[in-house]
Amino acid sequence: MTADLLPLSRLSSALLSREVSPEALLEASLARIRALDGKLHAFLRLSEEEARAAARASGQRHARGQALGPLDGVPVALKDIFCTAGVETTAGSKILRGYVPPYDATVVRKLKEAGGVIVGKLNMDEFAMGSSTENSAFGPTMNPWDLSRTPGGSSGGSAAAVAARMVPGAFGTDTGGSIRQPAALVGCAGLKPTYGRVSRFGVIAFASSLDQVGPFAQDVRGVALLLSAVAGYDENDQTSSTRPVPDYAAALDQGVRGLRIGVPREYFGEGLSPEVEKAVRTGIEKLRGQGCEVKEISLPNSPHAIATYYIVATAEASSNLARYDGVRYGHRARAGQLLEMYERTRAEGFGAEVKRRIMLGTYALSAGYYDAYYLRAQKVRTLIRRDFERAFESVDAVLSPTSPTTAFRLGEKMDDPLAMYLSDVYTVPANLAGLPGISVPCGFDPGGLPIGLQLIGKPFDEETLLRLARAAEPAEHPLPPLLQGRAP
Amino acid sequence: MSVADFEPVIGLEVHAQLLTRSKIFCGCSTRFGAAPNTQVCPVCLGLPGALPALNKAAVEMAIKAGKAFGCRIAERSIWARKNYFYPDLPKGYQISQYELPICSGGAVPVPGLRKVGLTRIHLEEDAGKNVHAGEGSEVDLNRSGVPLIEIVGEPELRSAEEASEYLKALRLTLLYLGINDGNLEEGSFRCDANVSVRRKGAQALGTRVELKNINSFRFVRQAIEHEIARQVEVLEGGGKVAQETRLFDSAQGVTRSMRSKEEANDYRYFPEPDLQPLLVSREWAESVRVPRLPQEVMDDLVAAGVPAADARTLVNDPRLVEVHRRVGGDPKRAALFVVGEFSRALNEKEADLAALKFDPALVREVWRLQDSSAISSTAAREVLAELIRTGEAPEAIVERKGLAQVSDAGALEAVVDAVIARNPAEVARYKGGKANLLGFFVGQAMKELKGKGNPGALNALFRKKLG
Amino acid sequence: MAIDRAQVRHVARLARLALSPEEEERFAAQLGHVLEYIERLQAVDVSGVEPLGFAGDAAARAPLREDEPRPGLAREQALAQAPRQDGQAFVVPRIIE
Repeated sequence: MTADLLPLSRLSSALLSREVSPEALLEASLARIRALDGKLHAFLRLSEEEARAAARASGQRHARGQALGPLDGVPVALKDIFCTAGVETTAGSKILRGYVPPYDATVVRKLKEAGGVIVGKLNMDEFAMGSSTENSAFGPTMNPWDLSRTPGGSSGGSAAAVAARMVPGAFGTDTGGSIRQPAALVGCAGLKPTYGRVSRFGVIAFASSLDQVGPFAQDVRGVALLLSAVAGYDENDQTSSTRPVPDYAAALDQGVRGLRIGVPREYFGEGLSPEVEKAVRTGIEKLRGQGCEVKEISLPNSPHAIATYYIVATAEASSNLARYDGVRYGHRARAGQLLEMYERTRAEGFGAEVKRRIMLGTYALSAGYYDAYYLRAQKVRTLIRRDFERAFESVDAVLSPTSPTTAFRLGEKMDDPLAMYLSDVYTVPANLAGLPGISVPCGFDPGGLPIGLQLIGKPFDEETLLRLARAAEPAEHPLPPLLQGRAP
Repeated sequence: MSVADFEPVIGLEVHAQLLTRSKIFCGCSTRFGAAPNTQVCPVCLGLPGALPALNKAAVEMAIKAGKAFGCRIAERSIWARKNYFYPDLPKGYQISQYELPICSGGAVPVPGLRKVGLTRIHLEEDAGKNVHAGEGSEVDLNRSGVPLIEIVGEPELRSAEEASEYLKALRLTLLYLGINDGNLEEGSFRCDANVSVRRKGAQALGTRVELKNINSFRFVRQAIEHEIARQVEVLEGGGKVAQETRLFDSAQGVTRSMRSKEEANDYRYFPEPDLQPLLVSREWAESVRVPRLPQEVMDDLVAAGVPAADARTLVNDPRLVEVHRRVGGDPKRAALFVVGEFSRALNEKEADLAALKFDPALVREVWRLQDSSAISSTAAREVLAELIRTGEAPEAIVERKGLAQVSDAGALEAVVDAVIARNPAEVARYKGGKANLLGFFVGQAMKELKGKGNPGALNALFRKKLG
Repeated sequence: MAIDRAQVRHVARLARLALSPEEEERFAAQLGHVLEYIERLQAVDVSGVEPLGFAGDAAARAPLREDEPRPGLAREQALAQAPRQDGQAFVVPRIIE
């Protein structure tokens, strides 16, 4: 297997041992992107020049024996929700087409400081609103396992890029499942850290109390390395935690004997596809075989999670997206007077799903409805959080399917927004409770589509989560058919 | 029915910019007068991805205000988003406080009136400036994000006069606290008035009208008086007062309705998810030092024997109080200096309160020279004037200008004897009963001493020698 | 939980979104459908439950910022992305008051 097809952690070792150079890795990455992205449309734009300069600098550091760390020279790509100074950033929306941020998101700065080679910006559902990347204003991304299907969303481009081995690592954001669900649908690992673990400064906001930045990689160790590079307190984000950041990769292979896993009965009911259930239960047995205790638990308020989420998230979004008004940046419609300018700018710039959510959120906050909707939803949110607190008194992690189905066809859910919302049913609770969650591959359906299982951990206990994920992940990471025939 | 049958009910809302060095949610400078859009950053520009980072000093200043007015300081208060669209509001929402403000209750002591109750004080960010220009508007975001406290007064005021006095007292306290510069004209201190009227004796409140754009003390009274009269006229005519916002037109002296919007603003307040709840521990609140406030200073001066009018002059300008404090010594004498010599110098532009050229403590040096008869009281005034103007040390001034008074008994006696010897005719007339010739003798002695004789000592010596 | 076109129009105006009559109709139906689903929350017993205030780490809070001025963006940078600007300020169409 050529180096560029290796999972991130192995690739990182190869760089450190100088078996492969950053420049060579980058060229391989760019070559694969050129070969495949015409079909996949994972990327919105590439930063070839900057990447080459970064790779060159990395190569020089390696030559001097002064590598910055495990990510020095590793090609990575970023969901187009991260502000990258001097590089167009659109959040998948027409309203920001051509927008060039004058500053780097903190996560971007940290990646650069770690020597990461940023290859380009990845496709996403507009303003992170969606579960299939079909809401991108710039066209959908395809699933590398089946080009007629979606890779999930909203970080569909990130997931597809990693699964198609265009880059070994990528970053996305997760507000209601937008990292975990695509990871499951494309068969790679994807982590949403605890709320407050990673800075949101420079991450275009969707729902402020739910958004978190997280990594994708083929392997759990790769996810751990990526998380280590970006986690930690940021003075620019006063919702970030000052808790120290452990070395996430250090304890990965400690094993999981004695760890207790809770399997919530509410997550295995109606709507879950039998193939997905089968693969997840196999995953449970795998963990039991490695010494985990497994017990059934109850998270009784789970059925309310989607409704709660779609009030809180849309309310916050309706406010976060008010700044897109055509005054200081982004699209501005032709108009003779101000009100017209506002209304037309936003009508022209936003897609249908974004408009729907803005309206839903505005409605939920509006006079006469605030108590019944927003306030009530925040109370139910407390109940959902308490369910997990209670569960964690007797288990170390909660295990469930990540997505109720495998990858669905392009266009399949576009006519019914509610149907699309329901694909988040297993992922949304972790966002509402602020808990870390990871999806790892646990098999394939009879059609060859990947299936993922989800682990949800205690606040700031990504270490235990990663250990369990490491134990659960498959030994092999098969290549999608798109790549087969190219691998030696 | 006439105006006399109606009682006005007035409550004032003041927005005061806090004198922090940086903005409330970002590190941009708050310095006034910079070129447009030169004190901006991703946060106060409302760029995608930006987040607010709360400035500790803004909170401390709010705590200071709360303590000064006797408010309850909330241990936990909440930030809220007030959502509306306007070009000077870059995020499309203002970060403010709504349900749980940092301060509640409290009162403003108004001299000559009474304590006027406060409802609350809360922190928020200022918007930028929207300036109409030709076919459109220009938006300058330098001011976006400057910290404000909003001080909401209870509707306890009953006349435009009371409102004006309340505003003055409130403003003065903020100056004393050093948290606001009290500048109505420049807009760092803004006042809106809520005005309603009701029949005398009625319990229910009338419909409230909000008056905006009051940017001088004179306009405060004018606007409120006019609005009271307008409302009374409406009611007397059998009409109803509309609940609305009206702008004060200072040129015409009237209030005008702002064109009513299609629907009243629905601000859709909700707790700000990007900020922690604001926690102010009892220890923190206790540690915030509140300087002496106007009433306290007033009481101290009057107790020291300063005439009330002079005391009031001093108290009304905290910079004068500061000069007074730095002079030190006898508070009454120091007060007389400040309202006397020093104020004269200020009026004649020989001194600038913003940039003192002298150390006020040196005034006591001049007093010492005068009290020890080293210089006359006339000379003392001259020395003070020079001190204020140049900051030169008093003794050096006396030396340089030759203002030292001769008081040495031997020297004086020699001159006295000489004058007596030279003027036998006058001596005889004096001894014959012309007591007022004493002045002539002292004058002669002074001439010889080139004006530097100690007049009192000379007087005594002549009396002694002439009997 | 139906939402009629007038309500949709009102909400769209609050959100500064121009909608075509066809969109008003379509969104009314779609939003109504979602709101019906959300109605289930009304049945949850939330008595005595506090709304979730702060989602962040209550045990390891970020400190407040020191009052130190810091350079921001140069004016050209601040105005660079503006659809209309005159070298000094952002320019917007007039407000009809």
